[in-house]
Amino acid sequence: MAGQTLYDKLWQQHLVKERDDGTALIYIDRQLLHEVTSPQAFEGLRIAGRQPWRLDANLATPDHNVPTTVKERAEGNTGIKDPVSLIQVQTLDDNCDAFGIEEFRINDPRQGIVHVVGPEQGATLPGMTVVCGDSHTATHGAFAALAHGIGTSEVEHVLATQCLLAQKMKNMQVRVEGTLGQGVTAKDVVLAIIGEIGTAGGTGYAIEFAGSAIQSLTMEGRMTVCNMAIEAGARVGLIAVDDTTIDYLAGRPFAPTAEQWEAAVADWRQLVSDADAAFDKVVTIAAESIEPQVSWGTSPEMVTGVSGEVPDPAQAADDTARTGITRALEYMGLAPRQKITDIRLDKVFIGSCTNSRIEDLREAAKVARGRKVADSVQLAMVVPGSGLVKRQAEQEGLDKVFIEAGFEWREPGCSMCLAMNADKLGAGEHCASTSNRNFEGRQGYGGRTHLVSPAMAAAAAIAGHFVDVRSFDSTTARQEA
Amino acid sequence: MQKFERLEGLVAPMDRANVDTDLIIPKQFLKSIKRTGFGVNLFDELRYLDEGQPGQDVSQRPLNPDFVLNQPRYQGAKVLLARRNFGCGSSREHAPWALEDFGFRVVIAPSFADIFYNNAFKNGILLITLGEDQVDRLFAEVHANEGYCLDVDLEHQRVTTPSGEILEFEVDAFRKHCLLEGLDDIGITLQDEDAIAAFESRHRAARPWLFREPAKA
Ligand code: SF4
Repeated sequence: MAGQTLYDKLWQQHLVKERDDGTALIYIDRQLLHEVTSPQAFEGLRIAGRQPWRLDANLATPDHNVPTTVKERAEGNTGIKDPVSLIQVQTLDDNCDAFGIEEFRINDPRQGIVHVVGPEQGATLPGMTVVCGDSHTATHGAFAALAHGIGTSEVEHVLATQCLLAQKMKNMQVRVEGTLGQGVTAKDVVLAIIGEIGTAGGTGYAIEFAGSAIQSLTMEGRMTVCNMAIEAGARVGLIAVDDTTIDYLAGRPFAPTAEQWEAAVADWRQLVSDADAAFDKVVTIAAESIEPQVSWGTSPEMVTGVSGEVPDPAQAADDTARTGITRALEYMGLAPRQKITDIRLDKVFIGSCTNSRIEDLREAAKVARGRKVADSVQLAMVVPGSGLVKRQAEQEGLDKVFIEAGFEWREPGCSMCLAMNADKLGAGEHCASTSNRNFEGRQGYGGRTHLVSPAMAAAAAIAGHFVDVRSFDSTTARQEA
Repeated sequence: MQKFERLEGLVAPMDRANVDTDLIIPKQFLKSIKRTGFGVNLFDELRYLDEGQPGQDVSQRPLNPDFVLNQPRYQGAKVLLARRNFGCGSSREHAPWALEDFGFRVVIAPSFADIFYNNAFKNGILLITLGEDQVDRLFAEVHANEGYCLDVDLEHQRVTTPSGEILEFEVDAFRKHCLLEGLDDIGITLQDEDAIAAFESRHRAARPWLFREPAKA
C-alpha cells in the first residue's frame, strides 16, 4: 500500500465520521475568531438556543476594523471613528464575554491579525485542525496543521459542534528545489507559484509545499507561502514538520511543556508525507529561476519578475484571457509592454497576514536603513502584525529606521490590506503592497495594488518606482547618519 | 435554510472570469452584523458610478447604465450565468448572502472557488457546474434572446433551455439532500453528538497537548 501524504494523516487523525456520500465530519482543535465573520454566527447560536461545544478551543481578537494610528488606538474601542466598525468590534467583545471565550482585545499587547497571533501564541500547533472565518487561515498550515478558511455558517457549525463538514481534497505537491537567490524571499516564491499554476490551479486540492528551498525558509517565510495557498485556489496549504517548526514553538504560551512537550515532539515528527506517498499532482519549480516578483494586474496570477514587462493582450492564449488582460490593464492604468520598473508608486504598504512578522520588518528595514522615501510617494506605512511583533521591532530599533526614512510606524491590524478601517488608497493610486490580493478596489475604491515582498516594497518606496532589490543595494547610496 | 426544488427563472449574464468576492460585495458592507440587506450592494462597484457606503439610501445613487444587472431586460433575474473560477477570494459569506438577497437562487459557471461553493449551498443557492462549451453556448443564447429563461430541476439534476435542450449536472448527494429539504447542517451534525463526544475523549487521551489552556501571562 502506498504511503500517506501529510494531508492524509491529518485528515485521518481528525475523522469523526464519514458518510456514504463522501462527506465527513472532522474534529476541530482550534477556532480563531475575529469581528467580521463571527457576529452572525453568535447570533445564530442565540436564536437556536445553543451553547459552544468547547470554549477553550476558541481564541478571538479584533483585527480588520481596528485603527492603526497611535492616537486613535490609545483611546481603545472609542478610537474607532466609523460607527459601523465600532459596533462590529464591540459585538465581538460582547459575544466573547457572554459566551466565555478568550479574547485579546484592541489594546491587549497580544492583539493582532489572527493569523499572526495564533502561531505567535503557540495556539496553532502541528497536528491540529485550525479553522477561522477567513480564507487566509491557510497560513497555519506552515506548522503541519490542517487549517481551513471557512464561512460564517461554518463558524457557527464549529462553535456548536466542534466539527466541520468537509470533503476530502485531492493531494498536490509543489516542490521548490534548489537555492533561492539573494534578495529572493518567500513572498517571491509563492507569487511565482501562483503565476505558474494560476489562481484556480489549486482548486479542490490541499497543497503541500516541499523541496529544499521551502525547507530552507524560516517559520515566518513558510507562513507567507502557506498564507497565499488560497490565492492559488487551495483552501489548505501545508509544510511538513522539521527542527525549524519545533524550535519556533518551544516556550510559546499555548505550547506544551515538560513531559508533554517530549511526547508532543515525538508525535509531531510523524507529520511528514511518507516517502512513497502518492500525490494527484506534482509541480516542480527551480528556485534559481525565481526573481523578485511584482503583480501588474487585478488577480494574483497576473504577476511577473521585476525585470519583466506588462503583457500585451494581443499575445493572450484565448479570448477570456485577452479580455481579462485588457480589462486589468485598463483598471491598472498600464500600457502593454510597459517595463515593471517604470511603474511609479503613490503609496507603499508593508503589513498584512502575509508579511507583517518580525522577519518581514527586518528585511524591509535593511533596505530602508539610512535612506529616504521618495518625495513622490505620499504615504509609506509599516503596520506590524501584532502588538508583540511591534514590541520586538521596537526593541531592535526598527521603528526608528522606518521613521527616519520617512515611513509611518503604525499599530497592529489588517489596515490597508483590505481597507476596512481608515487606511485606504485613493482612486487611481498605485501601491506597492506586501499583502495578498490585488483585486479591483481591494485597498480602496479605484486603488491599484501591486503585490511584492517587504524588501521590494521598501526599495520601491525609496526609489518612487519598482526597482530590483538585488541591484538596489549597490547602486543606491545610503545617507550618512 | 430556504428549500430549493425547481425553478424557472430569467437568466442574467456576467461575462468575466475570476469574479472575486470583493467584486460581489465590497468590504465596506462587511461591517454589518446582520445576515440580510446585502442585495442592494451586490456588485456595488460595477452597479453604481459612485463609491457606496453601508446604510446609504441607494435610490439616490447614480447607476452604471452599462452594467448588465441594470439593463431593463435582466430585471428580476434569478439565474446568474458566469465564467470560470466564480467566487474566488475571501471566505466572506456576505457574497452568497448578497446574491440571495438580490434574488439569485442559481449560478451557472464552468468552475467555482471552493469556499464560495460551500457557502452558497449553505444559503440555499444552487451552483451548477457545466462545461466551458455549454456555458459559451448559454452566453450566446442569453445575449441573442431577450427574456431568456432556464428551467432548473435539482431533483433530476438538469437544466432545460427554452428550446427544450437538456443539460445534466452533477451535485453531491448530501448537498442536494440538504437543499431539497431546506435542512440546517448543525441540526444534522448534532444527531451525531455521541460520536463526536467519543471521538473527543479518545483524541484528548492520545494528544492531551491539543487541549491545553495557555500558560498565564
Ligand atoms: S491582513 Fe488582510 S488578508 Fe490577512 S486577515 Fe487581515 S484582511 Fe484578511
